[in-house]
Amino acid sequence: MTCTVGIDVGSTYTKALVLRADRTIAGRAMLPTGFKLTEIADRAQAAALADAGVAPSDVDYVVATGFGRHQVTSADVHVTDLTAAARGATLLFPETQTILDVGGQTMKASRLTDGAKVKSFRLNDKCAAGTGAFLEKTARYMGYSTVEIGPLVDTSKEPMAISGVCAVFAESEVINHLSQGVAPADIMHGAIVSLVGRSVQLMKRVRMEPEFTLIGGILRFRRMIDVIRAELAADVNVPEGDLVQFTSALGAALLGRRRLEQVADAHGSAVPPGSRAP
Amino acid sequence: MAYAAGVDVGSTQTKAVIIDEGRTIVARSLTMTGANVIRAAEQAFAEALTAGDLREEEVEYVVGTGYGRYKVTFGNTQVTEISCHGRGAVHMFPGTRTVVDMGGQDTKAIRVSPSGEIVDFCMNDKCAAGTGRFLGAASSALDIPLDELGPTALRGERPVKISTTCTVFAESEVLSWLGKGKKIEDILLGVHQSIAARSTGLLRRVGIEEEVTFTGGVARNHAMIETLNRSLGVPVNVSEDSHYMGALGAALFALDHILAARIPARHDA
Repeated sequence: MTCTVGIDVGSTYTKALVLRADRTIAGRAMLPTGFKLTEIADRAQAAALADAGVAPSDVDYVVATGFGRHQVTSADVHVTDLTAAARGATLLFPETQTILDVGGQTMKASRLTDGAKVKSFRLNDKCAAGTGAFLEKTARYMGYSTVEIGPLVDTSKEPMAISGVCAVFAESEVINHLSQGVAPADIMHGAIVSLVGRSVQLMKRVRMEPEFTLIGGILRFRRMIDVIRAELAADVNVPEGDLVQFTSALGAALLGRRRLEQVADAHGSAVPPGSRAP
Repeated sequence: MAYAAGVDVGSTQTKAVIIDEGRTIVARSLTMTGANVIRAAEQAFAEALTAGDLREEEVEYVVGTGYGRYKVTFGNTQVTEISCHGRGAVHMFPGTRTVVDMGGQDTKAIRVSPSGEIVDFCMNDKCAAGTGRFLGAASSALDIPLDELGPTALRGERPVKISTTCTVFAESEVLSWLGKGKKIEDILLGVHQSIAARSTGLLRRVGIEEEVTFTGGVARNHAMIETLNRSLGVPVNVSEDSHYMGALGAALFALDHILAARIPARHDA
């Protein structure tokens, strides 16, 4: 059986996903990106293939996306994160009109056409206060690691207001609150509210319309989803489990599959297994 | 002999300066601000008194400045750090028309009149990019003490181009340059150039008029002075006491109060 692979080299994590011809997911893997992008992409792909139990020779097409996509030497083609996210989100939720993607060092909002193409987008990758790094920094100032953010914030009842103007200046604000006896969970909750405020601003700038689909590593925090839902006063789609982090890799793999099908149509026959499309 | 004092409670460090009637600095002190701001102000003042071998009663007037100026509970009044840096800089370098003050958490560009009054100012109070914190981020990313950043950067020959604006992202950019095999001195020179470029942008917003005086804690860093000179295209004035410029300005304002209070007495006589 032939498969396609999508590799999403993000600023913090690299995700690889193996997709079968029937558009079901065969396997996936995620590794911290680090600084050797080519190597990490290869390792993520190998790990995803192992997870899927698919031999490298059964891979017909590899599509790379994410900020480090151009370092992925194994890829047949590169696509932008916005295109990959649009494809992945609409495969999971066909009625998606607006996508919010919050990653470790970027935040992106995009508005789609009916054909699942990107109509307009806005992104922030200049300021940590508008990305997952804000939550990571806030957690670190209080002595918590990133993985502890989810469980910590789930215990909060009331968010403590955090200005969220600058992730560096937040440090004194956080320390101030801690010294006044505010619970770390409530401070973390406040940081999430502040980040959601920025997300909604970004979504407004692309003239958001329902349905909304939320993706990216930061959306694995349930509280983030709850706050966005409350802020938008609308329901939101969120891919299940860790798929929320793999949506762009899924979209990339899907684009690979479509490319193969287009090539096959053009030739009037199926592409022979193991051969790569031009 | 009357003495006047200025206490500058900064985000990172608290500075105190005591001057005599002849406007000469007789004592200075420096302490970390920490979490207890009131105590930091008291400690800085007490240490300056000890350094000057003075009793508290001998200091007739105290002015508090800096972000924690209202925590100088023993102070007679407060003056903003913008006014104090302008005043201190013009006192040290009478030709000063533009002041760049680089502190631990913010950078300020100030334009002053020949008499030391503030004409215009601009500061980055919303974002830590281009402030001393940028150096702090590089220091922790590379595990090099703050004091050694400047001397190391001065050995750089081929500076890297730091492309990130945000201090948080700069930390990972510094590490990625290291991962690409760049020399530490070239990375650090790039970091200094990036701060200098950002400060120059801030200065342009108030208008750069010579002479330019560089104040604040970061002015002790020689690589910062050199990259700033190059970026501005004019050499900056730097005093040995640049770190104490805000406290000095505050002390000068305090002395004004002392001298002004004496004028009616003379008329009565």
